[in-house]
Amino acid sequence: MRTAELRNTERELYHFQTRIGVAGTLVFAAFFALLMRIAYLQVVQYEYYHTKAEGNRISVVPITPNRGNIIDRNGTVLARNYSAYTLEISPAKVGDVEATIDELATVIDIRASDRTRFRRQAFEEKGADSLPIRTRLNDEEVARFAANRYRFPGVDIKARLFRQYPYGESASHVLGYIGRISDRDLERIEADQLSANYKGTDHIGKTGIEQAYERELHGTTGSEQVEVDAAGRGVRSLARAAPTSGNNLALTLDLGLQQAVEQAFGDRRGALVAIEPSTGGVLALVSRPGYDPNLFVDGIDPTSWDALNTSADRPLNNRALTGVYPPGSTFKPFMALAALESGKRTPQHAISDPGYFDFGGRRFRDDKVGGHGMVDMYKSIVVSCDTYYYMLGNDLGIDTISAFMRRVGFGSRSGIDLEGESPGILPSTEWKMKRFRKPEQQKWYAGETISVSIGQGYNAYTPLQLAQAMATLANDGVVYRPRLVRYIQNVNTGERRFIEPEVVSAVPFKRENIEFIKRALAGVNIEGTGARAFAGAGYTSAGKTGTAQVIALKANEKYVESRVAERHRDHALFIAFAPLDSPKIALAVLVENSGFGARAAAPIARIALDYYLLGKRPKKAVEDDEKGATGD
Amino acid sequence: MIERALRRIINPIDPTLMWLALALLGLGLLTLYSATNENPSRVFAQFGNICVAVLLMWIISQIPPQTLMRFAPPVYILGLLLLIAVALFGDVRNGARRWLNMGLTSIQPSEIMKIAMPLMLAWYFQKREAVLGLADYAVAAVLLAVPTALIARQPDLGTAVLVAAAGCYVIYLAGLSWKIIAGIIIAGLASLPLVWSVLHDYQRKRILTLIDPSGDPLGSGYHIIQSTIAVGSGGITGKGWLNGTQTHLEFIPERATDFIFAVFSEEFGLIGNLLLTMLYLSLIARGLMIAANAPTFFARLLAGSIVLSFFTYAFVNMGMVSGILPVVGVPLPMVSYGGTALVTLFLGIGILMSIHRNRKLVQT
Repeated sequence: MRTAELRNTERELYHFQTRIGVAGTLVFAAFFALLMRIAYLQVVQYEYYHTKAEGNRISVVPITPNRGNIIDRNGTVLARNYSAYTLEISPAKVGDVEATIDELATVIDIRASDRTRFRRQAFEEKGADSLPIRTRLNDEEVARFAANRYRFPGVDIKARLFRQYPYGESASHVLGYIGRISDRDLERIEADQLSANYKGTDHIGKTGIEQAYERELHGTTGSEQVEVDAAGRGVRSLARAAPTSGNNLALTLDLGLQQAVEQAFGDRRGALVAIEPSTGGVLALVSRPGYDPNLFVDGIDPTSWDALNTSADRPLNNRALTGVYPPGSTFKPFMALAALESGKRTPQHAISDPGYFDFGGRRFRDDKVGGHGMVDMYKSIVVSCDTYYYMLGNDLGIDTISAFMRRVGFGSRSGIDLEGESPGILPSTEWKMKRFRKPEQQKWYAGETISVSIGQGYNAYTPLQLAQAMATLANDGVVYRPRLVRYIQNVNTGERRFIEPEVVSAVPFKRENIEFIKRALAGVNIEGTGARAFAGAGYTSAGKTGTAQVIALKANEKYVESRVAERHRDHALFIAFAPLDSPKIALAVLVENSGFGARAAAPIARIALDYYLLGKRPKKAVEDDEKGATGD
Repeated sequence: MIERALRRIINPIDPTLMWLALALLGLGLLTLYSATNENPSRVFAQFGNICVAVLLMWIISQIPPQTLMRFAPPVYILGLLLLIAVALFGDVRNGARRWLNMGLTSIQPSEIMKIAMPLMLAWYFQKREAVLGLADYAVAAVLLAVPTALIARQPDLGTAVLVAAAGCYVIYLAGLSWKIIAGIIIAGLASLPLVWSVLHDYQRKRILTLIDPSGDPLGSGYHIIQSTIAVGSGGITGKGWLNGTQTHLEFIPERATDFIFAVFSEEFGLIGNLLLTMLYLSLIARGLMIAANAPTFFARLLAGSIVLSFFTYAFVNMGMVSGILPVVGVPLPMVSYGGTALVTLFLGIGILMSIHRNRKLVQT
């Protein structure tokens, strides 16, 4: 009995110890499996997790380079950067953006326009990680937000560089503006494989020099490796590659001249292009009305945008480059030169002008009723005799005219260093074939040549092309590519890379022909249609007035300004260069719907030449010279 | 005289268990200092917890197992009543009703069950030792199921699993036939879909996250992703004490408590993990030896269950951090910060020491 009990206990103990043994084995197996797993993580997958941990820890932050400044030929700063605070929201980190803005408005003044602008940007840049709700905070606002920062996760104050155009509207079409990078810009950046360089960059050149020289101005983005904690806060900097600032651009533009012309235009619409003939450097490029490029920098508010975009005056249009106008009588000196070069006319050849030219059953009228009497080539330019050119055009034929004009630069892009230039229209039989579909429209009619001869008809050129053609005349046939940038300066080294004048072509005019045309153009300003505007100028100059019809007149109809709606009135033109012997400046002026070139355009040319050659500053916008010669 | 007093103090303490526990505690404090971004006050607080826990261990080690046995039913019933009280009047914290406000302090009655459960079951089996039958196992199962269900309903899946495990170990060690064990395991597996259907959403999410942590990298997957990165990036030798980037840049959540193993692994690497596992294994081996040599059925069952529970804590925690078990709130024994868990552990160690000291009493 006792032994049985004892044996029973022993057996029980044995059973128990077996179970303990089994449990112990399982424990050992479990720990072994666990260690295998850990060894797998720490040995086999070490590299993977090591990289992950480093990726967690290190965040590469781009350092945006400073954008290059833009200065004019005299060193006046036209575009620069300044540092300011912006209040930015990271949409991804903020739950309800609208509610956050409402709450922010209790701390910082947020206007309705800020909201609409923010909404538009949020819509246009869906992937943006940070968008400004307010820009240019003052110190007090910065302090106020800082005190309330804890209430706004995902909202932060950032110091950013802003673009500033200190002269506002002045030269706005030349400089253009930068704006926030849109999805479309982004596509282009990606296509150009510049994505890496645009990390951290919010703005890009949208138009003008800012757009054309984006690569020079932008610079190279640097980077900083920052150790960040789980909340993404930077803890310390590990490595830094400094950014390279964008290059400064020095323009050929003379801001003083530009402003003198802008002032001379006053409220009138139009354009002026002034070129240094010996280099092709653009001295002034005016398109009126202008706009304030500063509006675009932080994203333009919709109200201002609508105002600019829907205005009948189309201030955003760069008329100098994209506006195409019939050249009117400014075409005549080139017609005359074409005649001389082709041998169809001699300077002495004279016609008797009855005041009209009958051709194909149609009467082409001269401006002056009764005609100019006996007219030779010199007189035809000085008094701007239409009849002379009706006949001349008829004798030359459209394709001779067209071939000559192309060599002077009409009808093709000048190659200026701005985007969006229009090629204009240089009519020819070939052009007409391509332009029209119906066979009866494709045929060139001789009567059309007659209109083209006095700069009307299908002719349509940009003010830039007119100025370029005038510069080519002044240059005795050497065509330079017009350009706005004189040199590109490396900000770090100070080294200047000058853009050499580029000869596009040299038209081999006969010396006596070109001298004759120059003399005739000088005559215009001495005794002809430009004489009144250039009375008492302290320099010799060449000029030609022009009036371009906006609407075609019916046959036998006389143009009476007062009967025509303002927008349908003639455009006034004037082309000039000076001084006559060694031209320093060649220009073309166009004043929209202002009537005779002598009255509206020539005085502006005078102001430009006076400023550039004599340093004279105009006092106010010039009035139309009401008593100015009506002859054109 | 002083020497006698000292002997009186030291005598009940099992040196092997004590040294192993102290080594683990040392590693714990070291890791804690790093995990708290070198904050000494947390380390001092934990040191205070250790002192209290070791004192309680010492006290309990003085109590012979026979006395402990007498406490079993009252402690169990008290625990059960408190659990019911929690279900009725408990405070809700973090969406779970786990805490009971006792006026001065809040307690988590589920913690009591970690000791009370094996104590009660061992007591019951001891009482029925001579006539142990299948019905007794059924009774034990009920004694096990009721508190487990109450805890699971709080919901506190982690503690429920640990309490259930402690009870199951007793039943297993008491000699439940292998056939029935196999049957239960098969039935358990078969009923998994049913278990799934009663789980809370967040509990399901944890399990799904385990299968594919990248499915929710910022939500419930974040813990696992970041802790696995910490473990893996530790490599063989570790990044060195205080040099863990995942730790110091705060990528690891709950670094001082449930996820302290990630900190340890990151800074001490595979070598550190081998050491840690060795310490746990040694402590468990020593405990199992004590259990195997315990004088009474009660003592054997209790000791065995305590040791295996200790193993469970360590394994579940390390498995969770290294991404092979779902995330449940189980601290790493003796390493994680926190007083309650430490006290429970050292009460267990104290019981083991008491059992070891009294191993010869019955046989003589």
